[in-house]
Amino acid sequence: VAHRYVIVGSGIAGLSATETVRQRDPGAEITLITDEPHDFYSRPGLAYFLTGELPEKQLFARTQAEMRALRVKPVRARVTGLIPEAHQVILDKGQSLSYDRLLLATGSTAVPPDFPGGELAGVVKLDNLDDARRILKLAGRGRTAVVVGGGIAALELVEGLRARGVHTHYFLRGDRYWSNVLDETESRIVEDRLKNEGVTIHYCTQVKEALRTCKNIIPRFLPHFTPRNCGVISLQVLSQQGRLIGVETTAGEKLPCRMLAVAIGVRPRVELARQAGLKVDRGILVDEFLQTSAPDVYAAGDVAQVHDPRSRRSILDVLWSTALAQGQIAGANLAGANIPYIRQVAFNVTRLAGLTTTIIGAVGSGHDEDLVTIARGDSEAWRMLPDSWVISDRQDVNRVRLLVKERAIVGALIMGDQTLSRPLYRLIAAQADITPIQATLRAHGVPILDTILSFYQQWEPVSPSGRA
Amino acid sequence: MLDQGRSLNSDRRRYAVLSEAYVVPDAVRCVQCGICSYNCPIGIDVRAHAWRGLPIKDSHCLTCGECISRCPRSTLRFERTHLFSEW
Repeated sequence: VAHRYVIVGSGIAGLSATETVRQRDPGAEITLITDEPHDFYSRPGLAYFLTGELPEKQLFARTQAEMRALRVKPVRARVTGLIPEAHQVILDKGQSLSYDRLLLATGSTAVPPDFPGGELAGVVKLDNLDDARRILKLAGRGRTAVVVGGGIAALELVEGLRARGVHTHYFLRGDRYWSNVLDETESRIVEDRLKNEGVTIHYCTQVKEALRTCKNIIPRFLPHFTPRNCGVISLQVLSQQGRLIGVETTAGEKLPCRMLAVAIGVRPRVELARQAGLKVDRGILVDEFLQTSAPDVYAAGDVAQVHDPRSRRSILDVLWSTALAQGQIAGANLAGANIPYIRQVAFNVTRLAGLTTTIIGAVGSGHDEDLVTIARGDSEAWRMLPDSWVISDRQDVNRVRLLVKERAIVGALIMGDQTLSRPLYRLIAAQADITPIQATLRAHGVPILDTILSFYQQWEPVSPSGRA
Repeated sequence: MLDQGRSLNSDRRRYAVLSEAYVVPDAVRCVQCGICSYNCPIGIDVRAHAWRGLPIKDSHCLTCGECISRCPRSTLRFERTHLFSEW
């Protein structure tokens, strides 16, 4: 009898799990349930769709033929119930499905605005393709938009809107951008470049309320009400009352705008797991095999909270590379393997104000006021900074910052020129003993680039040719 | 805006490797956005190579470097290769 696998979620974790299951169990019956109305597309690619660097159809990373070759039964629905004892999931249309093994790869979703008016038309987030379409519809040249939030997602919005000719105001609650990952110099490099691109940054500014049309309209229309036109006018009022017209800050300033983009963090979509009685903290808790507390139920990607042997804590990553790796391991284990997930160094590459930036390992600490939860493209591991030396080197906009312990480099942030990015990833991942260059690195005024490069070439003389 | 942050050596390197190198992806950096494939002048699906971590060994590849410079995450690079070596 063919095994029945059910995979919930069609993001990168769900897709990589599906491909792995199919490879390992060619005869299996795989059902992929998703509430996403589109075929698989690159979620991080939405940033480049917003800037106009990519047309929408290019985001779809799998052809129809490739999807057909996976022989998956696609189900467009929301899973509303899970009964682990009965090995069953229940869909929003009331239908139920049995599984032998289940994967929850439900991802994460934007935290709703933490101020009144967040439900208005014109208040947007960037979780998925439909959100990006909505933003582009509102992003007319010469219009005004306000962006609030922090981390990578907020900048994707700022840069996307600016690229579309929108007058963009970026509100920061504190005095600098992404203060718990970037250091002050890096924040200023990003902010200066944004300003040069025409973005207006408002420091120490917080939205008190998103303003709607109706408050002004009803009094304006009231004198014109007559028994005959009453219906027509109230219809006009109703159709406009849910639309954003501006924001009011906590300092009492009002700024008219057509769009308010909010990126104050994301939350793993754990409702289903919680309701089914699975062990849940901030995400769904999984063991080293990515199995949840329920038998035959696994979790992977943004929604999984995974044990980290380095810090002995269970942590969240909202990273593409992590979701991909977890999907592959979970897929293999679903299909009967017993492969532990070995947490790699938290790693992401992003573009901040046009500068390619690579973040590896532990680079920051503390709390960023602009985010109420973890952000998309973020890892909790980045903020587990042990006592370490900070060594940095800057040439124009190119900057390297290293976090160095006694024997090893524990974190690095590389902004601009990426020459050191691969060597540093390898050195950090392998916890390479850097004792030979420790003193040189700490000496004042030594170029990091040359020191690291020559050390790396000796440490790993043969390049692994794209297999790293 | 992008150019400031790019390696100053990239042009020099590009000419040095035109006929003796492949475009090589670093799969861990790739998010499958597809900017590389979209900008390839002869339509090679660079993204599919990056997914598998394979070098672009397509004999039609011009090694023009367009995919390398367009990638927003520095996923691709030129790497000198020996024609008869195993990948």
